[in-house]
Amino acid sequence: MGRHVTLPLYGTAIFSRGVSTATASSVVRLRSGLDSPATSAADFKLVRSKEELQAVADSHHGVMIVSDEGLEDLPQAADCARLISVPAKFDYFSDGDIIGFQPQSGRFRTLYRRASAHNSLLVTDRCNHYCLMCSQPPKDIDDRWLLEEIKAALPLVAKDTKSLCFTGGETLTDWREFVDVLADCRDELPDTAIHVLSNGRAFVRDEVVAAWTALRHPNLTAGIPIYSAVDHVHDYVVQARGAFDETVLGILKLKDRAQRVEVRVVLHALTAPRIVETCTWLARNLPFVDHVALMGLENIGFAIANANELWIDPIDYRLGLAEAVDVLASARVNVSVYNLQRCVLDRSVWPYAVQSISDWKNGYVEECDHCIEKTRCSGFFTSGRPRRSRGISPILAL
Amino acid sequence: MELLPLRFERAGKSYLVSNMVGDFVRLSGDELNRLVDLRVRPGDGLYEKAYAAHLITGEGQTAQRQLLALRLRSRMAYLREPTPLHIFVVTLRCEHSCPYCQVSRQSTDRSKFDMSEETARHALNIAFESPSKRIKIEFQGGEPLLNFPMIKNIVAAARTQAGTVGKAVDFVIASNLALLDDTVLAFCKSNGVLLSTSLDGPADLHNKNRPRPGGNSHELATRGIRRAQEVLGPEQIGALMTTTEASLDRVEEIVDEYLRLDLDGIFLRPLSPYGFAVKTKAIRKYNSKGWLEFYARGLRYVLEINRTGRHFPEFYATLILKRMFADRPLGYVDLRSPAGIGLGALVYNYDGKVFASDEGRMLAEMGDQTFELGSVAQSYRSLVFSDKLLDLIGSSLTQCAPECLDCVYEAHCGADPVYHHATQADPVGMKPLSEFCARQKGVTNLLLEILETSPQDAAILRRWGGM
Repeated sequence: MGRHVTLPLYGTAIFSRGVSTATASSVVRLRSGLDSPATSAADFKLVRSKEELQAVADSHHGVMIVSDEGLEDLPQAADCARLISVPAKFDYFSDGDIIGFQPQSGRFRTLYRRASAHNSLLVTDRCNHYCLMCSQPPKDIDDRWLLEEIKAALPLVAKDTKSLCFTGGETLTDWREFVDVLADCRDELPDTAIHVLSNGRAFVRDEVVAAWTALRHPNLTAGIPIYSAVDHVHDYVVQARGAFDETVLGILKLKDRAQRVEVRVVLHALTAPRIVETCTWLARNLPFVDHVALMGLENIGFAIANANELWIDPIDYRLGLAEAVDVLASARVNVSVYNLQRCVLDRSVWPYAVQSISDWKNGYVEECDHCIEKTRCSGFFTSGRPRRSRGISPILAL
Repeated sequence: MELLPLRFERAGKSYLVSNMVGDFVRLSGDELNRLVDLRVRPGDGLYEKAYAAHLITGEGQTAQRQLLALRLRSRMAYLREPTPLHIFVVTLRCEHSCPYCQVSRQSTDRSKFDMSEETARHALNIAFESPSKRIKIEFQGGEPLLNFPMIKNIVAAARTQAGTVGKAVDFVIASNLALLDDTVLAFCKSNGVLLSTSLDGPADLHNKNRPRPGGNSHELATRGIRRAQEVLGPEQIGALMTTTEASLDRVEEIVDEYLRLDLDGIFLRPLSPYGFAVKTKAIRKYNSKGWLEFYARGLRYVLEINRTGRHFPEFYATLILKRMFADRPLGYVDLRSPAGIGLGALVYNYDGKVFASDEGRMLAEMGDQTFELGSVAQSYRSLVFSDKLLDLIGSSLTQCAPECLDCVYEAHCGADPVYHHATQADPVGMKPLSEFCARQKGVTNLLLEILETSPQDAAILRRWGGM
């Protein structure tokens, strides 16, 4: 869908040499040749052409070639002790971006893009939930190196970054190590808002909520899903018995210690038809949470496999969603609607609908060309296997 | 699976069921039976309804009990700050002679009916002894502006004392505004004093209710409201109405009068059964049914106005909705349990007597000392911890009073021992005979009916509940 291609966030290098193999993954920060001096051993100069390669060839910096022209085979490249070459489709790489590079295999992932407002870091693939619509299906593997990689990356992140998100898997699987990472965020990036996605169950344990509170992080939010006011509905969606009770208790413990909590509700065929009930319940029982996000489904991961059970056209829950938003707003709960296009939303919901889709997987369709709301609209996911509502049509006048 | 505490009442063919904190669901007789027998299971619809309303919980689960506990704590949080309101009757004299007035005197004898400086000083000490961090001092009468010098003294002394003990203090003068002049307005402005006045509706109705020499009560009140809005700002002046028999078929006109004067809402109040109102039998002239019809018509009219986009709440409904939708700890003295007598407010009479409520002092004027706690010479503790007050509060708790304890509306109601004492000579009273009870049930039912049948009005009511 759409004419914006999803940005490739991972790939394999054409060639590399001189990158330390001491750890499974090395963190590389990209620097534009002219603007930014290399200040860290992790800094690699970005090179896109022969001329740029010439300019950096005799320096001691690492060099990141983004090109399909075989620059790494040129004689100038021979002088570069530390060199990585990646295909031209990664030409979005720019100054300040951070890459996690695995020297053994040449595989790499983009961890952080300086220009993006939607940087999210994967903490682990392990999870004690198995959500029917999981966009990042869990794997039971030892991936603790991911936390090490994040710890190495944090000092390289630009200090004026507005926000960072940590996602999983369940981010609190190795909660002690993860809390250490959050302490680094507090110390290295004091002005950066930190958003942690978690199923909230770990907070039932006093030691976890105490460690979280003891961070005294100035701007830390736990984003925790509640899919229903009814235990078995929530437990079914997350495929984990007893989840509802622990998640609610976890939220209560966090709020009891004045920690910031966002409740997240993903809208699909199991949750959307009861969204008024769920939001009425939230307004009555958890009105003190800091934010409620009602989120359109991203059709990716398990959501594709479970499409028969999960797909519902957003136009079919339009009125319920409008009432649900009004219920929360009336109770003075801070509410937003994510990932849904303005043309499928009741107009009363527009003030709450935000442009939530990460820039690297966000696009629009042909109908959007003439729509006067396009610049305020969330648009579509370009990731996964996008499905569109039959309600998609340009808004031509207010 | 376990049952959590619930209350229910037959409502036509179905049952209204509420949980501990007053979330309502409607169930059929069959559903209610299945629920109490726990013949429910996930997926049957009843399970989901009951679970979301905290009527059932699962084995080994604790979250719902925690939610109920914290919501109950929130609803009762006013108990953490006892006695936030202190009413100073600075004079009993009044230039009006309203037939329903409970207390005032037509007199020019200042020494006989004005509060003395010494009484005021003692009363202030009691007020500042109360545990609340923020107190409100309300000046009443008679017409308090007839003793304006005493108001000025008390405000000045209270501000000094508040600074010393580290408490916040708000002031309000309850006045008919007939004597409002530039001096009073300037004083209110520089001291942040609120004004609360009486407005019963259009001129003829208001003047009929509120006779004074010249017959110009309405003219003076509306002029005062306008002046106060100009000088102090629209937020600094509020008006209350008194309902009489003459009001009953004129609710739209009354509401229109409030709209015309740009007031921020209306409180459609019942007439209280005290003082001269009982003496003149005004209270007997209409019962709760007549009043409920008046209220329902008024509320629907107010909702019509809100549907046009103008925010104009009805405050009686708002009080109940704030509990229904937000578990707000409303200390409104007539609608709480433990009752608000003493714990919500103390009244310092002009003569140095201390009462547990404003209505209590009115009863005393008629020779009934039930709610007289003592005198300003005593301490806050000795007044509020007196056996007399504790007995009245303890015996009237709706949480355990007959008829109240299993009433489906209990969470949104209150004890009001003064009303029941005044009408039935008993702080608890027989609730089936209580007009207070009929009124509360009637209003709550009306709100539920609107919430269930009119989505547009429901949205407006939700907004009032969230204010």
